[in-house]
Amino acid sequence: MAKSSKKSKEEEEIVDSGDDAWWWLVHKGITPSFFCIALFSLLVRVAVSLHPYSGAATPPKFGDFEAQRHWMEITLNLPLNEWYRNTTRNDLSYWGLDYPPLTAYQSYVHGLFIRFFSPESVALFTSRGHESYLGKLLMRWTVLSSDALVFFPAVFYFIVVYYSGRNQRGRMGGIAWHIAIILLNPCLILIDHGHFQYNCISLGLTLGAIAAILSDKDLLACVLYSLALNHKQMSAYFAPAFFSHLLGKCIRRRYPIFEVFKLGLVVSGTFLVVWWPYIHSVEAFFEVLSRLAPFERGIYEDYVANFWCTTSVLVKWKRLFPTHQLKVLSLGATVSTFLPSMIQQIWAPSKKGFLYGLLNSAFSFYLFSFQVHEKSILLPLLPASLLASEEPFLFTWMTIYALFSMFPLLHRDKLILPYLALSALFILLSLAPNRRQETRETNAFRSIVTTFFPFCSLILHVVYLSMNAPQRYPFLFEALIMLLCFSQFTFLTMYTNAQQWMLLKHSNLVEKEKKLL
Amino acid sequence: MESQSTQKLKNPPKPHNPISELWWFFAAATCVKLLLIPAYRSTDFEVHRHWLAITHSLPLSQWYLDETSPWTLDYPPFFAYFERFLSIFANLIDPQMVHLQNGLNYSSDTVVYFQRVSVCVSDLCLLYGVYRLTRNLDPVRRKLIWVLVVWSPMLVVVDHLHFQYNGFLLGVLLISLSYLEEGRDLMGGLVFAVLLCFKHLFAVAAPVYFVYLLRHYCWKGLVRGFGRLLILGTLVVAVFAVAYGPFVYHGQIKQVIHRMFPFGRGLCHAYWAPNFWVFYILLDKVIAFLLGRLGFKIQAPAASFTGGLVGDSSPFAVLPQITPAITFIMVLLALSPCLIKAWRDPRPMMITRWVAYAYTCGFLFGWHVHEKASLHFVIPLAIVAVQNLDTARHYFFLSIVSCYSLFPLLFESQEYPIKVLLLLLHSMLMWLGFSAQFTKDKTLEMAPSGKNKDSHLGLNRSVTAAQKGGFDIGWVVWSYLVGLLLVEIWGQFLHPIFLGAELPFLPLMLISVYCSVGVMYSFLWQLKHILVS
Repeated sequence: MAKSSKKSKEEEEIVDSGDDAWWWLVHKGITPSFFCIALFSLLVRVAVSLHPYSGAATPPKFGDFEAQRHWMEITLNLPLNEWYRNTTRNDLSYWGLDYPPLTAYQSYVHGLFIRFFSPESVALFTSRGHESYLGKLLMRWTVLSSDALVFFPAVFYFIVVYYSGRNQRGRMGGIAWHIAIILLNPCLILIDHGHFQYNCISLGLTLGAIAAILSDKDLLACVLYSLALNHKQMSAYFAPAFFSHLLGKCIRRRYPIFEVFKLGLVVSGTFLVVWWPYIHSVEAFFEVLSRLAPFERGIYEDYVANFWCTTSVLVKWKRLFPTHQLKVLSLGATVSTFLPSMIQQIWAPSKKGFLYGLLNSAFSFYLFSFQVHEKSILLPLLPASLLASEEPFLFTWMTIYALFSMFPLLHRDKLILPYLALSALFILLSLAPNRRQETRETNAFRSIVTTFFPFCSLILHVVYLSMNAPQRYPFLFEALIMLLCFSQFTFLTMYTNAQQWMLLKHSNLVEKEKKLL
Repeated sequence: MESQSTQKLKNPPKPHNPISELWWFFAAATCVKLLLIPAYRSTDFEVHRHWLAITHSLPLSQWYLDETSPWTLDYPPFFAYFERFLSIFANLIDPQMVHLQNGLNYSSDTVVYFQRVSVCVSDLCLLYGVYRLTRNLDPVRRKLIWVLVVWSPMLVVVDHLHFQYNGFLLGVLLISLSYLEEGRDLMGGLVFAVLLCFKHLFAVAAPVYFVYLLRHYCWKGLVRGFGRLLILGTLVVAVFAVAYGPFVYHGQIKQVIHRMFPFGRGLCHAYWAPNFWVFYILLDKVIAFLLGRLGFKIQAPAASFTGGLVGDSSPFAVLPQITPAITFIMVLLALSPCLIKAWRDPRPMMITRWVAYAYTCGFLFGWHVHEKASLHFVIPLAIVAVQNLDTARHYFFLSIVSCYSLFPLLFESQEYPIKVLLLLLHSMLMWLGFSAQFTKDKTLEMAPSGKNKDSHLGLNRSVTAAQKGGFDIGWVVWSYLVGLLLVEIWGQFLHPIFLGAELPFLPLMLISVYCSVGVMYSFLWQLKHILVS
């Protein structure tokens, strides 16, 4: 009887879901739907990769594409100990390696692949600024394969873990939507497959670590997160959240010191393995380390929608303070802004709180840390996309402005067409049929957010594309975009910090109820 | 429990607004199409650009005479008018695009964007056709058809990569079919006549239309029938008069016809479309080889199948030469069972199948058939595919085979992942869609029958039946599709490794031969189902 009632319930859902627009796509369970959505996401990525990359045909320095290609050239042709050293064969002022060793190893492996098909595009010296049909194609394929091999499985792992134990059948449509929204994140696709970078690897490793934490595999999480850190030092944006959540968890266990020691051992073990070639001498170690922290580049560059850059319109930070003071200042600001979310996680570690913590700490780094790129918005965007099923509105809002904050960069890269197409695709996804079950209260605040700000950004888009800035203020439009995005980001992070602390209140209530019962 | 589930059954699902959902599907597809703008484009791109220039820069009397470029205008007048219409906007955007001499091989960003976007916009016609055809279906079937047609990988490959306006033209065909299915024969006939004046290759289905309209629309007693025939005839003649009238006036009708039917082009296209003639050519080669081994003297043919411009010499070594007239008769012969069926029992619900069958015949036995012509039957068959499990199985198979047969169109490595992903995604969507559809159908069928019997027993049975009744394509089709994969692996990877640059035509020939087996099977399947129905 129990069996049959379960089956009839299933059947009921089958019949019931006749109205669900996406039932046909998801009725086979998570794996086939994930596979299907992944194929589509790959198709979109391949299509974006047809477009120009950063610095295409702009000698002498070209852009990020040339940087990555140059790293392959260096790692492929020089011995390991010369990779981070300025020598006659390795001119560090020309796109010298400034990412941790894992990136160097990845460049080496990709270099091997490219050398097999097109040796001239990674030849030492002669390949500087190499641009060819085959060269571009092979480089693009290295990003595509990294994405498919690292980021996609990580998303799958996350989805399986995140939705395990919940009632899947009724929510399959929502799960499929969540998969699509993570995989089709327009910012990530544009930067990796348009502009040209390998964020998919470090973000994929981070996502793997997050999923591991959600499934209580803390050691695995430590390994994966250490690898992410060793691929891109920017992954440190998430460090406070990982640290506080794991610490909070450990001190609740029976032998807190032992638990912390175990995690520390795993982290240092992973670091040891990755840094093995560089830890034989102190000199070599610091050589690499100094490459990773480019403090000489100043507190901000270009127009990034963060605190320093936006306020520099009024306060000329660079003139007021010397660099070393700015370093302290930005460090203080960053730490003080991520501290609340850290405290919350140490105090009451929870899975949802962890995701909010990731978002908050990444945001505080983006807004207040030293030397932030506009591309760094990808980091807070990742945890935001993981929270998309809880906070769909927040995520849509954030993605749109994250995308907008990169608009000048993408315009320089001649990626306007994919920018528009992917924005449209993203908006379509967020409006997908049967996604309107969320409460649609129309208060004054929401209507301002959903009409006034998008209207502003639309106007700015049109103005940016059609008009030249006045001669006196050549970067007027960039500054306006920055201002708009900064205001949105500040508001968002205040909201998400509040949300994280609200969790505490909520869990207290639940506990009290339990006690009462 | 039981009463609850039956209650659920009785409550009809809330109706959605189908149009907004269809727009969603279309917009999502358009985003991908826009992303593909910088991809490879064939010479057809320059052909269409040149037609913009011809129709814009020259008076109508010169359109079919101009020989500025080898890409002369060879579509019927409505298509020329369509190009004239587009050229108005082209001229506003960049006059060099429509300049007869300066525009030759013009390939700036503006012209690429303009032409690519014009294809995306003209797909609105397809959207309307699909909407008309599916507006009265149930939501699941409707959505499935949208996925099959609006997200068709073949249309993406041919229209948005290779470059043509098939989506637009097939949209007109679907509109015509939707009128016929509704029983509005006059409108259906009229739209079909318009379609013929856009692209004459669609004329293969004209016999089916003729028989069907004669029987279903005109066969209503002597006086009334004759009156109806007169109305229909007048309308069709009027459409043709609008199209060809100006050229008749200039006394160029012969020239127009000559341009539209270049029979000098040979039996097969450069890459053999997977049709019947592939077997014929192959058989000729095999016999010639065997006879040669047996000591007979076989003269190597001087002409090629694709050129066919070399006087009277036959491209075949042993078998008799094929002339356009023979192919014409073959097509009519293959069509005849369907025509007889249409005459005996003209049912509106069958017309889409018959038209698709007609295009299949044209594809298999026609003269100088392009591989792209498989779109003409694959797209209409999508409408039929959702009807039952058999048609769905057949469509699943046919659509994969025809899409694969388009692979040689995109031969550059940059597009390789695109075409593979398109095909995989399409197969995956079809599999999920069809299995959802037929699992659901089964459940709905079985649930009421379980009601009368012992409650949980019946429900149990219905669920297991639903699970069994999923989408299963059978081992023959499976092994054929695995073979397809092997053909691809051979052509892409093993051939270059083992044979290098030798026998460069072999991979293409393998694809042709292998796919033509599939298309032949589809032809026989369709024939059987038309005869049985």
